[in-house]
Amino acid sequence: MFDHFDALMLARIQFAFTVSFHFIFPALTIGLASFLAVLEGLWLWTDRSVYLDLFKFWRKIFAVAFAMGVVSGIVMSYQFGTNWSVFSDKAGPVIGPLMAYEVLTAFFLEAGFLGVMLFGMEKVGKKLHFTATCLVALGTFISAFWILSANSWMHTPTGFEMGENGQFLPGPSWWAIIFNPSFPYRLTHTITAAYLTTALTVGAVGAWRLLKNSSSVHARTMFSMAMWMVAIAAPVQIVLGDLHGLNTLEHQPAKVMAMEGHYQSYPDGAPLILFGIPNEAEKRIDYAIQIPKASSLILKHDRNAPMAGLDTIDPDKQPPVTLVFFAFRIMVGLGMAMLGLGLLSLYARFCSRLYDMPLLLRFALVMGPSGYVAVLAGWITTEVGRQPYTIYGLLTTADSVAPLAAPAVAASLIAFIVVYFFVFGAGTLYLFKLMAADPAGVPVHEPGPIRTAGLATPLTPAHPSMTSE
Amino acid sequence: MTLAIDLTIVWAFIIAFAVFAYVVLDGFDLGIGILFPAFKVGDSRDQAMNSIAPVWDGNETWLVLGGGGLLAAFPLAYAIILPALYPPIIAMLLGLVFRGVAFEFRWRDPGHRAFWDFAFTAGSATAAFAQGIALGALLQGVKVADRAYAGGWLDWLTPFSVLTGASVVVGYALLGSTWLIWKTEGEAQAVARRFAWILFPAILVAIVFVSLATLYLHPSYVSRWFDMPNVLATAPVPVLTAALSWAFWRAIREGAEASPFFLTLGVFLLTFIGLGISMFPYVIPGSITIWDAATAPRSQAFMLVGAALTVPLILAYTIWSYWVFRGKVGSHGYH
Ligand code: HDD
Ligand code: HEM
Ligand code: HEM
Repeated sequence: MFDHFDALMLARIQFAFTVSFHFIFPALTIGLASFLAVLEGLWLWTDRSVYLDLFKFWRKIFAVAFAMGVVSGIVMSYQFGTNWSVFSDKAGPVIGPLMAYEVLTAFFLEAGFLGVMLFGMEKVGKKLHFTATCLVALGTFISAFWILSANSWMHTPTGFEMGENGQFLPGPSWWAIIFNPSFPYRLTHTITAAYLTTALTVGAVGAWRLLKNSSSVHARTMFSMAMWMVAIAAPVQIVLGDLHGLNTLEHQPAKVMAMEGHYQSYPDGAPLILFGIPNEAEKRIDYAIQIPKASSLILKHDRNAPMAGLDTIDPDKQPPVTLVFFAFRIMVGLGMAMLGLGLLSLYARFCSRLYDMPLLLRFALVMGPSGYVAVLAGWITTEVGRQPYTIYGLLTTADSVAPLAAPAVAASLIAFIVVYFFVFGAGTLYLFKLMAADPAGVPVHEPGPIRTAGLATPLTPAHPSMTSE
Repeated sequence: MTLAIDLTIVWAFIIAFAVFAYVVLDGFDLGIGILFPAFKVGDSRDQAMNSIAPVWDGNETWLVLGGGGLLAAFPLAYAIILPALYPPIIAMLLGLVFRGVAFEFRWRDPGHRAFWDFAFTAGSATAAFAQGIALGALLQGVKVADRAYAGGWLDWLTPFSVLTGASVVVGYALLGSTWLIWKTEGEAQAVARRFAWILFPAILVAIVFVSLATLYLHPSYVSRWFDMPNVLATAPVPVLTAALSWAFWRAIREGAEASPFFLTLGVFLLTFIGLGISMFPYVIPGSITIWDAATAPRSQAFMLVGAALTVPLILAYTIWSYWVFRGKVGSHGYH
């Protein structure tokens, strides 16, 4: 028994670890693919070389991030079988086709046109190249569509029948499976999250350069574009998050109780706990700072509406509160900070000081990594809040796990940790290095045939061995 | 009911197609990785790498279709095979991580290029070897009880699976060398040609050994190959292999550039068909047939619509992107 529990815990840690690493990259590549399409489109439209320079600059960064997204994604698609085989057997008839559609409609599209996008500019002509860039961006979106549909179905399963062999089988309508109740909220919230994450990254790179040289046209252009995106997407994201929360309240009330830290029920208006420390043993929030009745107001639009707490849920069906509670606050806190950045940028723009207000530039620089943190915090809220189920209310995590010996999982977990920190650590350093380069330093007309991303780039003296060939 | 049965066979062929596409397409990518240390640092290595840089990701996607498709079309098989082959699968995935990032990283960090070149080779070799082991372990059969894998976590490790592992490494290296004969010139091409010359006989030996070992392993395989009327289908396989070998020999001797690659593809196709004859209709030899493992008819039908619409498109734009990067890689930089 102990053996079994061990293997389960190890498998969960391994899944959480690998999927968290994986999602960091899509969070950037989904947004960046669209940003690249916009840059190339602007270049074709205005013929201003600054857009082409920025396109080439961010394309290299995209190539590195995309490679890491691909290799970490392949691990995910096999992990359903290696570590969650019972889940795969039972849910395969429903989840499998969604993932198969993802491969057929998204992964091939991304991969098929990526080569042309990265290396083919001189080979296919501008229009066709632009088409390739757009198709890669479309691919990232379609990919998010299917995987989030599959993930959402696990949160709010609809449209299925139970088979005699214990499998979840599709019902008559695939529509009911694909567009399950939480999917529209999760899709819009996650895509917006990716756009915000990208905008904050681009903004931080622009800000860093502007702090060194506030007249750089390249830095100004990317900073301005990024700040528009933050100013628009941050409030949208907060609204979407609120709607998402209402949807969750309807379908997964226990998760919302954990997010809110509501151990007890509140018959006449629940408080909004801004901060505190969950005390799992005593089932209460210590040091709580709270606004009376505000939670009922937000979630029920009535300050006196009664709200049930975790005391109404069977103890072995409760999600762990501490992790969900903190993760949710980190996400929301960062969302508010992003809103602040967006507003400040609008104010600076209004005063014509967008490029030389040190406060704004420093703020944007500090916020650079915030998107990744918020995105991971959001996933932790979602996924840990779903526990103890993999298919909500129907299949528990403990019943999903593969019959593997604990030492096998322990060994693979250690291998993943060592390899991921090493490989993706190095990759992150390379990303920083690319981001630190001067985007204007990319000559408009490179000598000889175009050499981009994966190819020798004899441009900067920092790469002596590349020029030698 | 008959419709459902038909779709199961259709899906078995689609998955087999995806696996075959993966084996030959990523096979030459991995093969180049395996042979990489034999190429001189600088122009030769850059040519070798550049010859696959624009296409490796698309090639690898067939692996995702093979795995994801197995989950979708034969969930029970997916749920049994992956835990049974846990260590080699994890090793393959980690190998592919190193291989995949090396494409980018070696250009980003000239100071550590030697390291990422090594990672490229080690990752490719590990992935190839692990895939071969997985194949062998599957052929020798896995223990199943109550819809789940019931063996130990080292059952896959046998002399037979090590033999198939080594054979796949040799086969991929041959594919890689013939691809490079086609796509490169100068010294890189000369090195590739020398390797093809050695690797082709090596793969024939490997095929013979693996075939004999397979027959020895499961007497049932013997009757599949040699009973009437099966023998009518199987007899041409060795004959055709011999014919292809002879053509390959001549092509290499005459300095042909493209045909060695395609002839190698032919050999791979024949071995793959041979494998199909040994296994069909089992997905897990001896225990689970494709019908045991098949997903719900509604899932099969839904996916078939998607596959029918997208697979032709995928093939079209994949061929187009190969066409864009046609011809020699060029000895300086890129194409
Ligand atoms: C919201 C978006 C999103 C989410 C939730 C996930 N992914 Fe992902 N994935 C992508 C968005 C994405 C992407 C944008 O399409 C990637 C990222 C970078 C890339 O190269 O493509 C990708 C790559 C990627 C690949 C490589 C595709 C290729 O070869 O080109 C695989 C196999 C997966 N993913 C599988 C998964 C699995 C099994 C997930 C669930 C556990 C998962 N992804 C979560
Ligand atoms: C990038 C997107 C995703 C992220 C960041 C994510 C995050 C997580 C995290 C943090 C856990 C661990 C929960 C815990 O240990 O308590 C988890 C568990 C799990 N998730 Fe997700 N998830 C994602 C997408 C998906 C998708 C698309 C699926 C399935 C289609 C899925 C299936 C699972 C399963 C089976 C578990 C079980 C392991 C467990 O509960 O510990 N996840 N996920
Ligand atoms: C500030 C206002 C925000 C609110 C009220 C909010 C609300 C929520 C809620 C309620 C969930 C959990 C849904 C569930 O699983 O049932 C969630 C998940 C998530 N959040 Fe937020 N969020 C906010 C900001 C952000 C920001 C700024 C980001 C990233 C840039 C982000 C990224 C995510 C992600 C990736 C998930 C997991 C996927 C999903 O379930 O949608 N959120 N959010």
